[in-house]
Amino acid sequence: MTGPQTLFDKVWDAHVVADLGGGMNLIHVDRILLHDLSGLRALRMLKDQGHAVRHPELCFAAPDHTVSSDPATGGVGGFHETCVVPLAEMTAAAGIRHYAMGERGFGILHVMGPELGVTLPGATLVCGDSHTCTHGGVGAFAMGIGSSELVHAMVTQTLMQRKPKRLRVTFDGALPDWVSAKDMILHVIGREGAASGDGHAVEYAGQAIRSMSVEGRMTICNLSIEMGAKIGMVAPDDTVFAYLEGRDHAPKGAQWDAAVAHWRGLATDAGAAFDTEVDVDVADVKPQITWGTSPEHVIAVDGRVPDPDAAPDAEHAHALREAQAYAGLAPGEPIEGVGIQWVFIGSCTNSRVEDLRAAARVLDGRKVAEGVRAWAVPGSEQTKADAEAEGLDRVFKDAGFEWRLPGCSLCVGANGENVPAGERCVSTSNRNFVGRQGPGSRTHLASPAMAAAAAVTGRVTDVRKLMDGEA
Amino acid sequence: MEKFTTLTGVAAPLMEANINTDIIIPIKRLVGTDRSTMGAYAFEPWRYRSEGVENPDFVLNQDGYRDATILIAGPNFACGSSREGAVWALDGIGIKAVIAPSFGGIFFNNCFQSGILPIVLAPDVVDDFAARAGPGAAFTIDLEALAITPPNGQPVAFEVEPFRRAALLAGLDDVGMTLKRADEIAAFQDADRVDRPWIYPA
Repeated sequence: MTGPQTLFDKVWDAHVVADLGGGMNLIHVDRILLHDLSGLRALRMLKDQGHAVRHPELCFAAPDHTVSSDPATGGVGGFHETCVVPLAEMTAAAGIRHYAMGERGFGILHVMGPELGVTLPGATLVCGDSHTCTHGGVGAFAMGIGSSELVHAMVTQTLMQRKPKRLRVTFDGALPDWVSAKDMILHVIGREGAASGDGHAVEYAGQAIRSMSVEGRMTICNLSIEMGAKIGMVAPDDTVFAYLEGRDHAPKGAQWDAAVAHWRGLATDAGAAFDTEVDVDVADVKPQITWGTSPEHVIAVDGRVPDPDAAPDAEHAHALREAQAYAGLAPGEPIEGVGIQWVFIGSCTNSRVEDLRAAARVLDGRKVAEGVRAWAVPGSEQTKADAEAEGLDRVFKDAGFEWRLPGCSLCVGANGENVPAGERCVSTSNRNFVGRQGPGSRTHLASPAMAAAAAVTGRVTDVRKLMDGEA
Repeated sequence: MEKFTTLTGVAAPLMEANINTDIIIPIKRLVGTDRSTMGAYAFEPWRYRSEGVENPDFVLNQDGYRDATILIAGPNFACGSSREGAVWALDGIGIKAVIAPSFGGIFFNNCFQSGILPIVLAPDVVDDFAARAGPGAAFTIDLEALAITPPNGQPVAFEVEPFRRAALLAGLDDVGMTLKRADEIAAFQDADRVDRPWIYPA
């Protein structure tokens, strides 16, 4: 018996197939997710190399990246023939379960995986997508990989990996009204930096995590990669077990009971050591919004665009100036009140029913400001159906939002859906990189409630002020 | 995979922190395209002012840097999206090694899949290299000796995981190496099916 172990150590140790020497290990992969860009590419590479998929029953696929979210198209976009159809054909030929758009179960892979019980606590899961860390919200060891590594995983059911260091972010205290999981993690990225998690697996812990829904935990894990960490995890607990029980691919009967007993043992032991610790009192966190071209370019909504002259060195100052030029904002300018033209509520970060509820609370009885185009894109068919059953779609539509079809949509610019050059979008997605939502587009990352508040005023808005007295 | 033993070539400095893979290859150049086409779009948002019109301010468009085979980069180079096209785009313009204080973790692993060598060095060493990386000035990277010789400088040692180094020197393919361990994988799975049967659907 070794000493006290972290959640990550326990899951890692249970998956080591072989020590390759020099710090490299061969790790077993329990689940593989394939999408219409990297997944399709990997299937083609695998075929060209003359290999076969070792365990098709452990692979799941859906064309989330290139589908259209426009209801008028039925999901058929410009890449239907080049990406969507070939993914369906190649997964069928390999015997891999594929979820087609419109089918119950279809969605953004990082929304549908947990929703279907494909993602399980303590399991390893990979996908050719950096936001695969999202699945850590249910306690999975999940990470994004490239297409070649995806081929390796499909052919051998393993990956070659160096064991990362361990970083724990502890969120204590009580979350103020209108401050959400998104604000918590953006706050950490702003404070610690976009490279602060490089080479680490992150565990999110503390009372504010324990009392958080699975949806919120997935939002937090989703942004792990935006601080440089491939892996983010939360220890599985009763909240996770209640979420997963009965889902399509979750274990059933006696196997469920055995799984839960196993999963209860995964939590970090008292006294286990982390390489790095970060502590956050969430009572201090305000609604966050990004101003620039990296997720670390984030401030509280009552803050001001930073002054490059106050940067620690010339490189930082240069980076801030470049970002401000792209964003069209000046040093010292208050972010609150900046005019916006687009609002996007969706993506693997914030497209779950809880996110839609938070936005709908703000939108109820209000209207989208003139000159603003506002989209709500549920993360999956299941989420869409659940939201419609609650009448959330009516709230969005009555406010003047477009209620669209599930997919990556405006987060990624891979499907013909773009924010025009020079226009500003408050977006619940995960990246504000140069050109991310389309060439020349300007992205301001925020929570669903903050995005909804911006939609109704046409400006970056402090949702706490808009909703004063309605908390 | 192509072998990597020694590399002598010009190094282009790109010292901004957190350069992301969306910059290295925009997503629209990945959708339905072949990897052999991606070099034309490497760093597209910075390399071109508009379609086909070069940005003269971008280092790789400047005389003495066009033939660079090495990049010297700021911290967290190639963070963000997992797209392997970022490696293929660099490969497409002849980049064979990248030196930086740190890398996006997914990109770092992707490099080895195409025989490109990512090298982590201390920030002050990287800064020194960037200062020495003049137009046409050659660096030599020796993977056997684990040393980099900058122009007009002394060799600097670097580390590569021994397993990765051996694979690069011999040009070995990861899948081929792991398939030799098929028995170990099967034995792991046999035991795991008993420990965690819920992972393996009936």
